[in-house]
Amino acid sequence: MKIMTCPVNGPRPLQEFVYGGDLTEMPCPDQATDEQWAAYVFERDGAPGLHKEWWYHAPSGVWFIAERDTGTDEICRTYLYND
Amino acid sequence: MTDPIFIERLPAAGDEWIDRDQRLCFSFEGRCHRAYAGDTVSSALWGNGVRLLGRSFKYHRPRGVYSMCGHDANVMLEDGETPNIRGDTTLVEDGMELTAVNTVGSLRHDLAGLNDRMSGFLPVGFYYKAFHTPSWMFPNWERMIRGIAGLGKVNPAAEWKPSPKGYDACDVLIVGGGPSGMAAALAAGRAGGRVVLVEDTRCLGGSLCYAGATAPESAATVNSMRDELEKLENVEVRLNTSVRGCYSENWLAFIGPGGLTKMRATAVVVATGAYEQPAVFRHNDLPGVMLGTAAQRLVHLYRVKPMQRALVLVGNDYGYGVALDLKAAGVEIAAVADFRETIGKGELVHDVKTAGIEILAGQGVYEARPAGGLVGIKGARVCPVNSAGTGLSTSATNVNCDGIVMATGWAPAGDLIGQAGGRLDYVPEAAQFRPGELPPGMFAAGRVNGVFGVDARLEDGEHAGGQAAAFAAGKEVPARRRPADEITAPSYPYPIIKHPKGKAFVDFDEDVQVKDIVNAVKEGYDSVELVKRYATVGMGPSQGKISNLNSSRVLATATGQAVGAVGYTTFRPFTRPTTIGELAGRRFHPDRRTPIHSRHQAAGAVFMHAGAWLRPEYYGPLVRHQAIVREVQAVRRRAGVIDVGTLGKIDVCGADAAEFLERMYTGRFSDLKLGKCRYALMCDESGVVADDGMSARLGDDRFYVTTTSSGSAAIVREMKRWAIIWGLEVTIIDHTGQFGALNLAGPESRRILGRLTDLDIGADSFEYLGFRQAVVAGVNCRLMRVGFVGELGYELHVPAQHAAVLWDAVVEAGQPEEIMPFGVEAQRLLRMEKGHQIIGQDTDALTTPLEAGLAWAVKMAKPFFIGQRSLKIIAPRPNVRSLAGFVMHDSTVMPAECHLVVDGDEICGRVTSIARSPTLGQVIGMAYMRPDQTIPGTVIDICVEGRLVQAEVVKLPFYDPSNERQKS
Repeated sequence: MKIMTCPVNGPRPLQEFVYGGDLTEMPCPDQATDEQWAAYVFERDGAPGLHKEWWYHAPSGVWFIAERDTGTDEICRTYLYND
Repeated sequence: MTDPIFIERLPAAGDEWIDRDQRLCFSFEGRCHRAYAGDTVSSALWGNGVRLLGRSFKYHRPRGVYSMCGHDANVMLEDGETPNIRGDTTLVEDGMELTAVNTVGSLRHDLAGLNDRMSGFLPVGFYYKAFHTPSWMFPNWERMIRGIAGLGKVNPAAEWKPSPKGYDACDVLIVGGGPSGMAAALAAGRAGGRVVLVEDTRCLGGSLCYAGATAPESAATVNSMRDELEKLENVEVRLNTSVRGCYSENWLAFIGPGGLTKMRATAVVVATGAYEQPAVFRHNDLPGVMLGTAAQRLVHLYRVKPMQRALVLVGNDYGYGVALDLKAAGVEIAAVADFRETIGKGELVHDVKTAGIEILAGQGVYEARPAGGLVGIKGARVCPVNSAGTGLSTSATNVNCDGIVMATGWAPAGDLIGQAGGRLDYVPEAAQFRPGELPPGMFAAGRVNGVFGVDARLEDGEHAGGQAAAFAAGKEVPARRRPADEITAPSYPYPIIKHPKGKAFVDFDEDVQVKDIVNAVKEGYDSVELVKRYATVGMGPSQGKISNLNSSRVLATATGQAVGAVGYTTFRPFTRPTTIGELAGRRFHPDRRTPIHSRHQAAGAVFMHAGAWLRPEYYGPLVRHQAIVREVQAVRRRAGVIDVGTLGKIDVCGADAAEFLERMYTGRFSDLKLGKCRYALMCDESGVVADDGMSARLGDDRFYVTTTSSGSAAIVREMKRWAIIWGLEVTIIDHTGQFGALNLAGPESRRILGRLTDLDIGADSFEYLGFRQAVVAGVNCRLMRVGFVGELGYELHVPAQHAAVLWDAVVEAGQPEEIMPFGVEAQRLLRMEKGHQIIGQDTDALTTPLEAGLAWAVKMAKPFFIGQRSLKIIAPRPNVRSLAGFVMHDSTVMPAECHLVVDGDEICGRVTSIARSPTLGQVIGMAYMRPDQTIPGTVIDICVEGRLVQAEVVKLPFYDPSNERQKS
C-alpha cells in the first residue's frame, strides 16, 4: 500500500485517503458556451502523466491537492488548495 | 489392509530433516506408506520407491520429483478437503489419505494419458484455433473444456477454517534465511532497530542445509550464525513463512503459521536465492530426471537415495559437487556429461576425476530413454553439442542409468524485486539475469544477486544488511559493491537440445515444448509476453520459476536476438499459489449502530443492513408482511416512532452560511426564516439528483442540514471541498455520529409530544415546516415538523447519549395511544403512499430533478447552484422519461423493483418502488416511463419475467393529495 503525505497530518497510508477527481477549475457559468460547460463537466484528460488531483484525508477531513504522475504512480507534491 | 510400504533410508546424518523416532502412516492412491515425521509426501513416496507421483496437466504424462522445493507443479494431491496440495513441500501427517489430482480413472491407469499420443494433433494455440467455430457449438466446447481445465476439485462442503490476518511494521525485513539472509539479519540486527527475517522452509540455512560437497563445513557456519541471531533480541525469525507479494513502498504480504501478515518495512533485503533451471531434451520430464538441488535435497534432508545409477548433466562446477554427493550416498555415477568443451579446474572437478568418474566434456543429453509406460527411464543418449543447441544424434552414445541429474544453471528468485519495480539485467558472461537498479529501500544479497560462493554470499549479505539498516535509520547508505566470487559463470548459456520427435519440455506445468515456442514465433507471437499468453509458458501453478529462462532462451534463438533483449515477463504477485481462504482472513464487517439500537433489540426488531448501518426492518414477532401492515396502520391511525439517527446531520455556520447553502442546494435558503425548515435538494455538476434532506435555520449565520443516510459522508466531504474552492467564510460540522434522531408520526403525535415538553406545539404556534429548539423529556432537542410519511409528525434530534432516553420517554408517553415503533419497510411504504421519492431508489445516476418530479424544489432564477448551468442546457429539451405513480388492478402478478416498463419493442422505463398498500388496499408503485404515458388513466405494460402485466397510471400522491393530514 502506498503512503501519501497529507499537508496537515504528514505521511499516512493510502487507505486513509479518498480520491476526489482531477483538479479542474470551473469556467464562469454565465460566459461559458454549452460546449465549454459540457467539456468542464465531463471531459478529463486520462493520458498518463503529471496530474493535479483532489485528495481528502478522511479521518481528519482535510482536502488538499496532490500532483501525481499517473504513469509511474509517483506522488510528486501535496499542498493545500490555497497554497 | 496390506502392510505399509517402507524402504529404509540412508544412514542418519546430523543435519537431516526427518525424525527417525516418529513413524507415520499415510495412504497414496489407496496404498499405505510409512514415513518419518519431517518427510514431505514426495520424499516419503520417492524413498519408498514410488516413481509415478503425478500426471502432467495437458498430456497426462507421468511425472516424479523435479525440484523438491515447491515448483513440482505436477505433483499435486488432494485429501477430499483441500485441493492441490504440493507433494514436494507438504509434510506427511499421520493418517493422511491422498490421491493425485488431474487423472481420469487412477494415477496409474489415467485414461487421459491418451492425450500424450495425440499430442501431434494438439499444437500450440490448439484451443484458440479449434473451439470458436461454429459459434453454436461453443457452449458444448466450453462445457468440455471446463471439464478438462483446472486441477484439484474444490469440495464446497469442506469445513470452514479461520485464517487470521495481521498487520506489522519493522525497520528491516529480510526475505530468505540462507547464508546471505542470515548475514544481513546479523548486520542489520547489530545496528539496532526492529529486524524481521522470514524463511519459507522449516529452518534457517537455505541452500547450506543440503549443500553437501558443494559447501563443506557449511553446517558449522549455519549453526554459529543461528546462535548469534538468537542472542539479538531485536531480530525476529519467522520460519515456514513465505512472502507472497511486494507492493508499493515496501509493503509486503507473507503467509505463515499465524496466517497472513501485511508488513510495512522501511528497508527490505531480498535474499531469496536462485531457482535451479533444468536442461531441455527429449523426455526431460519423466520420473528420474531431476534438478541437482532436488537430488541433493533428497540425499541430505530426507536421506533418500534418489536413484541407483545416475548420469549427471552439468554446465558448471556446482554439478561436480552434486555428483560427489550422489556417489557418497551410494549412487553409481555412470558419467558426468559437461556441456562445456573446456571443463573447469576447480577442486570439485578435481575430486570427481580423482574418484574415477568418467567426464564427457562438450556433451549433452540428446534424449532420455523411457522405461516401460514412461514411468521412469532406463538410460540416456549422450551426444556432442554446440552452443546453438544442436545435438549430433549420429554420434550419440547410450548410457544406462535410472536417473539424470541436471546442474546446468540458475535464475535469480527476483520476483519481489520485479514486483517492487526493480529491474533484472542479463549478464552475458554469467549467462543469467542479475538485479539492476533497485527501488529505494530495497537491497539484494546472495545468489539472487548473482553471488554464489559461500564466503562471498556471507560478505554480500552483511553488506546489504548494513545498507538496509543505514537506510532505515535515515543515514547515508554505503555504495553497492559486489564481492569477489570464485564461481563466475554458474549458468550454461543454452542447455537446450532440439529433437525431431519433440517431447523436449520447456514448461512442465503446462506441457510446453521447444517446438511450441518456435511455432508461436512463426505465427507472429514473437515477444516474451505474447509467447507466454499464446503458448501458456510460465502460466501454470509454478509461474515459470523453472521455465521462464529457458523460454526466453528459445525465443531469443528463434528471433535472432540476445537473451537480454528478449527479457522476461512481468513479475506479479503472488510469488507462490495463494488460496482465497488465506487472503480472506476472518469475516470482519463492522456495523454502525444507532444509539437506540438496544431498544430495537428489546422490542424484537428484525435488522437489515442499510449501507454501513444496522436498522430495524420491522418489529416481530409477526411475520414480515403482517408486521409491516401493523406498523403502517399504527402510523396512519394513531402514532408510530422510527429511529432516523442514520440521517446525515450537519451544522453549517459562519457569515457566509446562507450563501453557501444557496450554492450547494437547488432551493432558496437566504430567505429561510429563523424557526423554519425547508426541503433541500442537491444536484451534482451534471444536473443529476445527488442527495436531499431538510435545512433548518438556527440563526443568521447558522443552519442545520440533514442528508440521506447513505449520502452523509460524501455530502460532508463535498461541502468541505466547495467551501475551500469558493473561499466562503463557513464551517461544516458533521454531527452524524454525535446526534441521535427519531421521527414521531401519526395523528396522535401532537398529543404524545405535548406530554413531554413545555413548548407550545399547538397547530398554529408550531406549524408545518417549523423548527424549534426546546427541552423534550428533559433533553435539549431540535424539533422539525416534517411529513415524510404523510402524517402529522415531528423529527426530534438530540445528542446521541440522550437518544435512548428520549425514545423510552416517547414510547412511554404514547402508551394510551398504543404507539408503535416502525421500521424501514413501513416507512418506505408510508412515504410511497404519499408519493415521496427516496433519492437513490427512485432516482439513479442519470436522473435530473425534472424527470423525478422535483422541479418545484429547483429555483432556476438563483444566481448559481451546483448543477444549475447543466440544467439550463437540459431544461429546454423534452424529458426522455418521467417518474409517475401507478396502480395494479390485477395484483396476482406482482412486478418487482427494476422490472421494465415497455411499449412494444421499446423500453420506456422501470419500476422504482412497488408495494401492496394496506391503506389503499391495492398494489401501488412508482416507475419511470415516457412523458406522454404519465397522463393519469394511461395503461402501461410492465414486463414481469417475460410476461406483460398492465398497470394504470395515476396522479401522485396516492394518499392525502390535499396535504391536510401532514399539515394538520
